[in-house]
Amino acid sequence: MDQTLSPAKEQFEEKNEVMKVTIILSVLTIIELALGFLMFRSFPEAGFARNFIKGTIIILMLAKAYYIVAYFMHLGHELKNLIMTIVVPLALFVWFIIAFLYDGHSFNVNRNTYDRYKQQRGMPNQMDPNHVEPEKVKKPGTLE
Amino acid sequence: MSTTAATEQKWWSGGRSPFNVEYGKLMMWYFLMSDAFTFGAFLISYGSIRFASNGWPDANVVFQSFPGLGNGLPLMFVSLMTFILIISSVTMVLAVKAGHERKKQDVVKYLVMTIVGGIAFLSCQAWEWTHLHHEGAWWGSNPFPNADGSLSTSSNFTNFFFTITGFHGFHVFSGVVINIIMLIMTLTNTFERKGHYLMIEKAGLYWHFVDLVWVFVFTCFYLL
Repeated sequence: MDQTLSPAKEQFEEKNEVMKVTIILSVLTIIELALGFLMFRSFPEAGFARNFIKGTIIILMLAKAYYIVAYFMHLGHELKNLIMTIVVPLALFVWFIIAFLYDGHSFNVNRNTYDRYKQQRGMPNQMDPNHVEPEKVKKPGTLE
Repeated sequence: MSTTAATEQKWWSGGRSPFNVEYGKLMMWYFLMSDAFTFGAFLISYGSIRFASNGWPDANVVFQSFPGLGNGLPLMFVSLMTFILIISSVTMVLAVKAGHERKKQDVVKYLVMTIVGGIAFLSCQAWEWTHLHHEGAWWGSNPFPNADGSLSTSSNFTNFFFTITGFHGFHVFSGVVINIIMLIMTLTNTFERKGHYLMIEKAGLYWHFVDLVWVFVFTCFYLL
């Protein structure tokens, strides 16, 4: 890819590319916001629909990141050598995200399983008619 | 400097930059990569704490105000902020492009638009922080109930919100300062004398990175 060749044509294509990417980014953002609004209006309860929408939003977010990095930051037009030195280290994030989110989740499960007091303290749901005030729960190890 | 399109370029045999970019730009890329890890670490710690919590506030309840329009408008204000940042990123692309074409007037025009966008974003953030602070939110104090209606028992949510958006806002602020310096250097003909506008390209990389980070921060805090 030689950028000194036919500057007029290059410039024209560049201008078109900027317009195209701007429109793509705006459309992706609008879709994200619409999904966020849909989630807020129609799916207030945690469940499959909510997780599905969240997954879609994450995919759209990655698409936006791709367009910003590849076109606005011009990484897509650099040499493959340069692209690789930037992108390959970032692959660590794959492990990083899986490991830490899994760890957070398992910490939560363990605490809710083995530390009942913490769980009661963390989840006093006033809307729940069967809700027990934390003070009334007999803590393990307390005397009558 | 004739890089005629030879099919077999030996990039690593010496005599030329194996990346075919100038030193400053390459170092800017590496700086941005390290900064990406900093932001990534912030966001992942936010995610793991959220996964480790039994309850978390609903963003649509917390961020539901718009200046002048009152409450009950989730996602409205943050969409405005997002679009401001995207548009200022676009004007930065145009400034870099004008620099390639050595059109000083266009560089100045687009840099000014970028700076205005950056300041507008910072003003929005200042308003939002002030608003949340008046509602009692700050580092160490979380007035918002969890999404399931239970009372929140920790200030994790506000701590992460203010730390991460604050760190991002600081990046926007430094980006605006860098862009203002670029504007002054353009106006004083520094780049004309140098014969190229490559420094604006590096400032542009930084500015796009700020926009890139906002894509992630915005999604993690306001949408998920």
